[in-house]
Amino acid sequence: MKFDTPATQNPIDQLKVVGKPTDRIDGKYKTTGTAPFAYERHDVAANQAYGYVIGAGIAKGRIRAMQVDEAKRAPGVLAIVTTLDTPRLERGTMNTAYLFGGDQVQHYHQAIAVVVAETFEEARAASFLVGVDYAPEAGKFDLAAEARGAKPVPGDSGEGSGGNGEERVGDFEGAFAKAPVTVDATYTTADESHAMMEPHATVAAWDGDKVTLWTSNQMIAWGHGSVAKILGIPKENVRIDSPFVGGGFGGKLFVRADAVLAALGAKAAGRPVKVALTRPLIANNTTHRPATIQRVRIGATKDGTITAIAHESTSGNLPDGDPETAVSQTKLLYAGANRLAAMKLALLDLPEGNAMRAPGEAPGLMVLEAAMDEMAEKLGLDPVEFRVRNDTQVDPHAPDRRFSHRDLVGCLKLGAEKFGWAKRSAKPGTVRDGQWLVGVGVASAFRNNMVMKSGARVRLDEQGTVTVETDMTDIGTGTYTIIAQTAAEMMGVPLEKVVVRLGDSSFPASAGSGGQWGANSSTSGVYAACMKLREAVAQRLGINSADAVFEDGHVRSGNRAVPLGDAAQGGLTVEDTIEFGDLSKTYQQSTFGAHFVEVGVDVHTAEIRVRRMLAVCAAGRILNPKSARSQVIGGMTMGTGAALMEELVVDTERGFFANHDLAGYEVPVHADIPHQEVIFLDEVDPISSPMKAKGVGELGICGVGAAVANAVYNATGIRVRDYPITLDKLLDHMPEAA
Amino acid sequence: MKSFTYERPSSPAEAAAAVARTPNAKFIAGGTNLLDLMKLQIETPAHLVDVNALGLDTIEPTPEGGLRVGALVRNTDLAADARVRKDYGVLSRALLAGASGQLRNKATTAGNLLQRTRCPYFYDTAQACNKRQPGSGCSALDGISRQLAVIGASEACIATHPGDMAVAMRVLDATVETVDAKGGTRKIAIADFHRLPGDTPQIETALKPGDLITAVTLPKPLGGTHIYRKVRDRASYAYALVSVAAVVQPDGSGRVAFGGVAPKPWRVEAAETDMARGAKAVTDKAFAGAKPTHENAYKLKLAERTLMAAITEARA
Repeated sequence: MKFDTPATQNPIDQLKVVGKPTDRIDGKYKTTGTAPFAYERHDVAANQAYGYVIGAGIAKGRIRAMQVDEAKRAPGVLAIVTTLDTPRLERGTMNTAYLFGGDQVQHYHQAIAVVVAETFEEARAASFLVGVDYAPEAGKFDLAAEARGAKPVPGDSGEGSGGNGEERVGDFEGAFAKAPVTVDATYTTADESHAMMEPHATVAAWDGDKVTLWTSNQMIAWGHGSVAKILGIPKENVRIDSPFVGGGFGGKLFVRADAVLAALGAKAAGRPVKVALTRPLIANNTTHRPATIQRVRIGATKDGTITAIAHESTSGNLPDGDPETAVSQTKLLYAGANRLAAMKLALLDLPEGNAMRAPGEAPGLMVLEAAMDEMAEKLGLDPVEFRVRNDTQVDPHAPDRRFSHRDLVGCLKLGAEKFGWAKRSAKPGTVRDGQWLVGVGVASAFRNNMVMKSGARVRLDEQGTVTVETDMTDIGTGTYTIIAQTAAEMMGVPLEKVVVRLGDSSFPASAGSGGQWGANSSTSGVYAACMKLREAVAQRLGINSADAVFEDGHVRSGNRAVPLGDAAQGGLTVEDTIEFGDLSKTYQQSTFGAHFVEVGVDVHTAEIRVRRMLAVCAAGRILNPKSARSQVIGGMTMGTGAALMEELVVDTERGFFANHDLAGYEVPVHADIPHQEVIFLDEVDPISSPMKAKGVGELGICGVGAAVANAVYNATGIRVRDYPITLDKLLDHMPEAA
Repeated sequence: MKSFTYERPSSPAEAAAAVARTPNAKFIAGGTNLLDLMKLQIETPAHLVDVNALGLDTIEPTPEGGLRVGALVRNTDLAADARVRKDYGVLSRALLAGASGQLRNKATTAGNLLQRTRCPYFYDTAQACNKRQPGSGCSALDGISRQLAVIGASEACIATHPGDMAVAMRVLDATVETVDAKGGTRKIAIADFHRLPGDTPQIETALKPGDLITAVTLPKPLGGTHIYRKVRDRASYAYALVSVAAVVQPDGSGRVAFGGVAPKPWRVEAAETDMARGAKAVTDKAFAGAKPTHENAYKLKLAERTLMAAITEARA
C-alpha cells in the first residue's frame, strides 16, 4: 500500500481497541521470566558452549602477537578465535569501527578474541591466560583539544536529524550584531552510555554453511544484511531471531561483536555458542552518544521576537564516523529570519559514537532550551511566553513547507496551567523549603516524526484467529500490544484472537525500532496487510468489500453475518507493505511537547533532587496511552540522568571511558525520580500515516534535561553550562548557608 | 574467576587455621564484594574458607555497657537492632545509607570493614594499579580522580575506603576483635584497623594473614544527636563523594569522622575541640595537609558544608 495522500476515515477511527490503555500482551511472559531473551534461549539449539569476548587493553595501536597456548590447555576450552587469525572483517550497516579481525586496535576494548568453553566460568577464566603484545600508538582522546581543528561536515543521525555542515538563512551575523538583546552561550554535553539492562547477547548455530543467530537487535533487516556482509556469506544463509530485546536505546540498531564472535566461535568449536558482552565492554566495546561542545547565539528585539538564531556543535568520532546532529532541531523549533546551523567533527580515537535515544535532539535541546531560558531572563519575559511568541507553523528554512500538525503552543499553555507555572518566582534563588532551594524550569520538546516502509503478513485461521508476522521488534516499548490492537481493530476481533510474532528475519521486513518511527510505521504496515485481508475475506464470502463490516468476530453485510473464520477454510494469508510517498517531504512532520520540572538543591551540599515532573505531548494519535506514557516517563528519566549524572568519563591520557560499569556510570535510581505526570493532547495527524499517529518513544527525552537545568538555575541563580550538572560544579557558587 | 577450593569450618579457630595453612586463602562471608572481584580476577584466591557456619551472628551487651557485634551479623540486622537504633543511631544510619536492601541482607559486619576501593583503575585489569598489582604504578594520579582521596593518600595510591559503616564505627571508637590460627586474640582500635597506603597500598588493614575478625565492640553509648550525612550524585545506591558521621552533644561539642575522602575513615580528634566553633574550624584542622587533585578539590568545601549541614541538623 502506498500512502501518499492524507488519511481519510478508515477502520482505525472506530477506536474500539486502538487508543485504549491496554496492558501489554507480553507482560505475563516478562513477569514470569518466560519471555525468551537471547542469552536464555537454551532450547533453540542443543549443546550450547559459551564464548567470552576479550577486549583490547590499549586505545590505539597494533597487536604484535598473542599467546593462546596456555589458554587452549585450560579446563573446558574448546576453541579460541583471535583477531590475528582472522582477516579484518567487513563492517555492517552503520558500523564505524571494525568489529573484529586484523592487527589494528582502533579503540579500547575493541574485540580481539573470543574464548569458547564448556561453561561460562571456564571461558572467562581461560580468557585471563591469553597474552597480548601490543605496540601502542599515540591517539587523540580529548574533544576540547581537538575541537579547534574540527572541520564542518554534513551528517545524518540515521534517525531523522541531520543536514549539511553549515546551513544558513538570511544574514545571521548581521542580524545578531544589530539585535538589541543577545545571548551567546557555549555548553558542553557528556559522552553517554545506553546502559540498557540486557547486554548485547547472541546464540549462534551453524547448519552446514547456514547460520542462525538468536540475538538482541532492534533492526532485523539491517542486521540480516550486516551479518551476511560481515561474515562474507549470502543473505539466504543467515537467519536472525530477536523476539525480545531488553532495552536498546539505539545501542542495538547495529550488529555488534557478540553476534560476530558467537558466529565465529560456533564455527571454530563446531557447536552452537552463546556470547554476551560483559558489562565493562558495554561502555568501550559498543557505541555511545558522543560528547558535544555547542554554541548557541540568539538575537531578539526587546519585545522578544527572535531575529537571529545560530546553533553550532562540535563532536568527535573515529574515522568514517558521523557527527552528533545536535543542531537539527534548531532549524525547525522557533521562528527567526536570520539563521545558522553548523556541525563540526573532530577525529578522536575513543570508541565509536553513534545513535542513542533521540540522537541529535537529546543533547541539542539540552543546550538550545537552556539558552532560550537565558534569553527569556535577559528579555524579562516569562520563558513560556517567550517560546509561544516565537512559534512557527512553517519550516523556517523553507517557509513553503508547513508542519503537518504542530501544537507546541498548546503543550506549553496546558502544561503551564497544570503545573502551576504562574506561581513561579522569576527571581532565582528566592524559594526555600527547609534545607532545599526550590526552582522550576520549562523546556520545549521536539523530535522529528520519521516514517519508514514496513511490511507484515497476516494469517486468518478457521477459528477466526488472526496471526501477524513481521520482523518488527519490541524493545520494551509495547510493540506486541499495539500491533495486536491494530489487527484487532482492523479485523473486528477481540485482542485475545490476535497472535503477534516478531523479530524473525524470515518474516516480512519492517521499519524496525529506531528513531521513534517504529510504532507508527509498523502498525501502518499491519494496517496495510489487514486491508488486504479484509478484501480477501470479503471476496471469499462473496461480499462487496465496501459494504462489509468487521465486528465481533463476524463479517456483516446487510442482514447477513458470517463468522470471520469461515472465510479461512484452507487457510488465508496475505502480506503487504506500507510505503510512504512524499508527504514527509511536502510537509514537515514533527512531534512536540513541553516539559515542566521542579527541583530542590540542598542549601549546604548542592545535591540536586527532582521533585516534580510534567510532560505534555502532542504526537498525533496515541495508539496505547499506557505504553506511550511508559515511553515518555522512560525518556524523562533518561533525560534527568543526562542532566544530572550520566557521563562516560574520558581518561584523556589512556583513551578510554574509565567508569565502565554500573557502579561508576550512574543512571537515575527510583529514589531520584518523583511522580511523573504525562498528558497527551487529543489530536490526530492524517498526513503522517493511516494510523494518524506519530512517534512518541523519544519525545520524552527531548528537552527534559534543559528543563532540569533551568530549574536548577531558578533554584540557585547558578547557570552550569557543562553537563551533567553535578554538585561540584555548583558548590563554589552556592550562597553561604546559614 | 580462577578455580578455587572451598571449605566450611565450624569454629573460628579452625577457620583461622585453615586460612593460615593454605597459601593464598581467603575468608568469605556475604561475598558481596569478594565474588565480584573474583569474577574480574582482581582477587584470585586459591582457597575459600566460608565462615558462615561459625555463629558469630549475635549482638550482645558488654560488661562496660556497650555492645559486642558478632562478625557475621548482617548489615540489615545490625541497622535494625533496637539497641543500635537507640544508642548508636549514627551506625544504623550509616548502614542504611550504603548499598541496597538485597546487599545489606547478605553483607556482614566484618566483611563491610574489609570492602575494597572502587577506584576505576583498581577495577580494570588492563590498567596500572599498585593496590591490585604492586609496583605497576597508579593510573589514578593523572587519571580520573573525582571520587578519590584528598588526604591520607600517597604517591603510590589515592584510592578511598568506600564504606559507610566503618565511618560510623570510627566516630564511635569501636574495637575490632580477632582470633588467629593459634587461638590468640587481639583487640584493634578502629583507628588503627585501616592503614594508610604509603608505598604498600596493597596492605589495607592491620590484620595479619589468618587473622579472623570475630566481633566489633562498641563502647558505652555517647548520648548526643547522631547524624550520618552521605552526599552523592544520585539519591541512592552510590558511593559517598563525602560523608559525615557526627555525634553532637547539647553543648555543641562532639565528634566527627569523614567518609569518601581518604583511604580510611578520616577522623582527627584534635579538630573536634573546635566543634562548637562551627564546621569550618573543624574541617580546616581535620583536612590540614590535604593534597587533592584538580578533579577532587571540591571535596574539601563539600566536607565543610556537609559538616555544617550535620551541625545544623543536630541543633534543629
